[in-house]
Amino acid sequence: MTLGADHDEPVHVAVVGSGPSGFYAAEALLRSEWNTRVTMIERLPTPYGLVRSGVAPDHQTLKSVILVYDRIARSEGFHYVGNVAVGRDISISELRANFHAVILAYGAQTDRRMGIPGEDIAGSYTATEFVGWYNGHPDYRDLDFDLSSPVAVIIGQGNVAADVCRILAKPIDDLRHSDIADHALEILAESKIEEIHVVGRRGPAQAKFTAKELRELGEIPNCIAEVHPDDCALNEASAAEIADRANAGALKNMKLFREFAEHTKSSNTGSTKGLRRIRFHFRLSPKAIIGNERVERVAFFRNRLHGPAFAQIAHPTSGVEEIDCGLVFRSIGYRGASLPGVPFDEARGVIPNEAGRVIDRGAYAHGLFVTGWIKRGPQGIIGTNRADSLETVESLIADLPALTRARKPGFKGLIALIEDRDVRPVDLAEWLVIDETETARGRAKDKPREKITRVEEMLALLSQRPQRPHVKQ
Amino acid sequence: MPHIVTDNCQGCRFTDCVTHCPVECFHGDDERLYIDPEVCIDCSACIPACPVQAIHDVIDMPDEYLPWVEINAEKAQILPVVKTKQDPLPTSEARREELGF
Repeated sequence: MTLGADHDEPVHVAVVGSGPSGFYAAEALLRSEWNTRVTMIERLPTPYGLVRSGVAPDHQTLKSVILVYDRIARSEGFHYVGNVAVGRDISISELRANFHAVILAYGAQTDRRMGIPGEDIAGSYTATEFVGWYNGHPDYRDLDFDLSSPVAVIIGQGNVAADVCRILAKPIDDLRHSDIADHALEILAESKIEEIHVVGRRGPAQAKFTAKELRELGEIPNCIAEVHPDDCALNEASAAEIADRANAGALKNMKLFREFAEHTKSSNTGSTKGLRRIRFHFRLSPKAIIGNERVERVAFFRNRLHGPAFAQIAHPTSGVEEIDCGLVFRSIGYRGASLPGVPFDEARGVIPNEAGRVIDRGAYAHGLFVTGWIKRGPQGIIGTNRADSLETVESLIADLPALTRARKPGFKGLIALIEDRDVRPVDLAEWLVIDETETARGRAKDKPREKITRVEEMLALLSQRPQRPHVKQ
Repeated sequence: MPHIVTDNCQGCRFTDCVTHCPVECFHGDDERLYIDPEVCIDCSACIPACPVQAIHDVIDMPDEYLPWVEINAEKAQILPVVKTKQDPLPTSEARREELGF
């Protein structure tokens, strides 16, 4: 028997995670020729993953992609099950028993470690923690950021580092009407930060910023972006890299860094009192974070780049450089976490797969798929996930004739399973209650949204509603 | 500031951009694609996806492309959304070579 194709008995697919990759997978499934039902399971009551808790609050245009996800969530055949954690409230094997296919789309939520002395000293934070905190993610809500030191160091030169830098550098009035969490706005308003050092392992031609994010760092009111003019001198291989037409982004970055270097020359002669400064440093690898009780400085190895164009590696020299600072943000990349019952590539922090089909000890894990950052690693932007999820769903659809030989209960089976557990699932209508409350609270402050930052508070809003979604027997 | 498709798309129509667009802002006819500036969220995911670098962010493109801002806005209004990747035009490989990509 093959289900789905003849439009009577539907194919049930579970999607674990509600960020961009999960929603694009759901969209592709619901648009397919097959009669599909998609159940999206999210650990938090609230959907949208890093669009909600990663994309910076001053990038509201980018956040408007949520309108697309909202439309997908309202499609026929789509169920949202929030506040249910796979691996804690329900196991992967239970999901596989209840659904014809399971797509893992839970992203990369931890940080890569630098593995250097002093990494966890007071005043040293991960970018993930800081981003989650200013974006009102419940996991990071109660962290305490001390911004009373005048100098901060950000280690890393990707777009997350750019976000952290911009939020630290922007005048507070430029953030008041974003959807930044109120608790963050209060602390940032008292910030004493005057200098932000943004440090990269390789050179300016290899910085991972997109040109758009880098440009913004040069356009912050009352703030100057600086690069030492000598840092813009490129070795032969780097010059070849930016001359390559396929590497247009690096050329744009290099132009921006050179503009910053010009400003640096002129700002050294004029007064910069009352301005914040962003200073870019290159070819430095962190050696140690040093301080007695708190961060006092960071020591770096001076690096040299070796190797051919596009394969240059930073080698530490005997030279050491130190930056005095009271705050460090480590922004060297996200890392995926493993899930019980699912194979995991520890070295890369991803689930091993071929075109989205999970590989377990050399064979396909029947009906188990993966997409997004947990599939390919934490690279790419929102739209990259759409192409990625299309690939995974294409693999899944090709496998459906073999996966649909038996009936599976899908959403109803999941709800029946968790009914007797200490779990309070949140459905789409309930998320919309949270959403409406947040936007109403935002309106009162001329913000697009004031996020509710505690899960208990979200659930309290829903307490008048039925404790469990109604399932027809 | 939206993104725009410029003349490199003509004769190619690779449509890789369509699968990378998170908001389905591409419209097109049989010859080429255009971006709806009202829908584009400026994420830039389409820029590296285009094999012939036809797409630019208005904020940092050469002035020669300025006329394309209005052309994209106008054409997107009257042409249908292109939702899925399609086969490139038969002329695409020759055109790619001519453009030097």
